[in-house]
Amino acid sequence: MAEQPSRLLRTWLQRQLPETAFDWLAGQLEALQQDPSDRKLHIALGMIPRRLGKDDLALSEADLEAAEAARPGWDPRGWSVDEAARILALLAAAGANTGFAERFTALCGSAEVGEAIALYRGLPLYPDPAALEDQAAEGLRTNMRAVFEAVAHRNPFPRERFDENRWNQMVLKALFIGSSLHPIQGLDARANPALAAILIDYAHERWAAGRPVSPELWRCVGPFAVASLLPDLERALRGEDETERRAAALALAASPAAEARVLLAGAGALAAEIESGALTWERLEHDPVAQA
Amino acid sequence: MMFIDPHTHMISRTTDDYEAMAAAGVVAVIEPAFWIGQPRTNVGSYIDYLSHIVGFERFRAGQFGIRHYCTIGLNSKEANNEALAEEVMEILPRFALKEGVVAIGEIGYDEQSDLEDKYFRLQLELAKELDLPVMIHTPHRDKKRGTSRSMDVCEEHGLPPSKVVIDHNNEETVQETLERGFWAAFSIYPSTKMGNARMVEILRQYGAERIIVDSACDWGISEPLGVAKTAKLALERGIPEEQVRLACYQNALDAYGQSGQIKEDDWLNPPAIDQRTLYEGNSILRGGREPKIEEAKIKRSMDELIIE
Ligand SMILES: [Zn+2]
Repeated sequence: MAEQPSRLLRTWLQRQLPETAFDWLAGQLEALQQDPSDRKLHIALGMIPRRLGKDDLALSEADLEAAEAARPGWDPRGWSVDEAARILALLAAAGANTGFAERFTALCGSAEVGEAIALYRGLPLYPDPAALEDQAAEGLRTNMRAVFEAVAHRNPFPRERFDENRWNQMVLKALFIGSSLHPIQGLDARANPALAAILIDYAHERWAAGRPVSPELWRCVGPFAVASLLPDLERALRGEDETERRAAALALAASPAAEARVLLAGAGALAAEIESGALTWERLEHDPVAQA
Repeated sequence: MMFIDPHTHMISRTTDDYEAMAAAGVVAVIEPAFWIGQPRTNVGSYIDYLSHIVGFERFRAGQFGIRHYCTIGLNSKEANNEALAEEVMEILPRFALKEGVVAIGEIGYDEQSDLEDKYFRLQLELAKELDLPVMIHTPHRDKKRGTSRSMDVCEEHGLPPSKVVIDHNNEETVQETLERGFWAAFSIYPSTKMGNARMVEILRQYGAERIIVDSACDWGISEPLGVAKTAKLALERGIPEEQVRLACYQNALDAYGQSGQIKEDDWLNPPAIDQRTLYEGNSILRGGREPKIEEAKIKRSMDELIIE
């Protein structure tokens, strides 16, 4: 499976990099295929940003479609040149190496921030994904938000691999650290009653402390918003923040409870917007990467 | 005025220190790998330490608008544990090429033992191989001889003095360091190293060419505003602004910039990927307001009673 994504990465890098820089990279990849030793790989990973720079990877709509076709869920938006090249180097060295998971774990353990982000962003492309789960979860334990997001955002790995508890902890932590939920793949498909209950508790905690909650929270609550949870949604629906009111309306629309319809009908214009498709979770928040 | 503090052990400092440094105009710090107070007993804790200063600490600094760099090396105290030293030497190349590593350091002598000498020399060879500058820690005891000897050994190994920073200088060592062509750094560290009034007199006497001011702040009684306060005092006492800029900013940038890993653009015009991942930007550079050293310290007052 990794063969086709690596060919795409290579094509994109060749298109964007100056010839000398790409030739250097091609030489490194070749050498890593011949001799995938730790020493060679460490040096290649260390040299990549020095030789190639850290520009954003320039990708067209067609490139994104090709990525999706090569590996469903693979979303390289927001990647940089050095990240793409580091992942490519890892894949090149993996070809002849069976202990990929051990190597991946060791690399993550001594990575600097940029390196860690690249390593985790590459998760959907590596061999033997089952063996990478623990290290992926380790990536979520970090306090470095960008590293957390490298696992959680625009990455099909969590939705495919994480069990319910791990998944729920990831979503909750995203809210805790002020990150956003909408770039998490499978957010609606993997919503579950346990997560809804955890998020409601979290909202109560925040309200007790006089702190606001992220409107995105309601997205994971809506489908499980039975009668006992409706007062919370009603509270959000009457909140001062416009985005919060819109989010509460969306959650009510997803609720299976009949009383939710009544509450939503009382929200007038918002109900109509949802009905017409003008208000959706996607439109609720701007996504800077998707907009770019 | 922008400052660089090219010798700080931020791993031992709090977020209040970062805030105060950023408010005082510090845009970048360099964290030399060193002893952390408690001796390490195995290479694993060394790996974790080095990972910390190339990883989390760099991120933490970025949240306060400060760019963080580091130097990688086996310090002189721990060079005396031969079993540990052998293993650490094995892993140094793995860290020396990480992003933001601007030198091999801080290395040199503590007791001037044979083992210290052995690993000092091996690391000078590593710096040559990787084409990195060197940061030298000069000993507290028997300083004058230890400093001369450090420079002798660098010359013996063919390192150009222009790529070597001799740190923790004082009135007794500065002349020889400058005459031999090395960068002469001074640590404004209360009681044991340098005071900033003395530093101002050194600037008056020697000028600012190849002189670097740092704080060496760590887990001891030290001053993270050492560079900013020295700059302010120097200006008040009539040192020309250009000399202050050299000693408190530009010379460190020139010396460690030879690594290719620290550039003014890193804080003035950071790449988009950095802004998204590890650098929140400096409020002073964003807002253009003048540095205010006092502002960040106010919240440590008992008069500020509300914690939110
Ligand atoms: Zn030090």
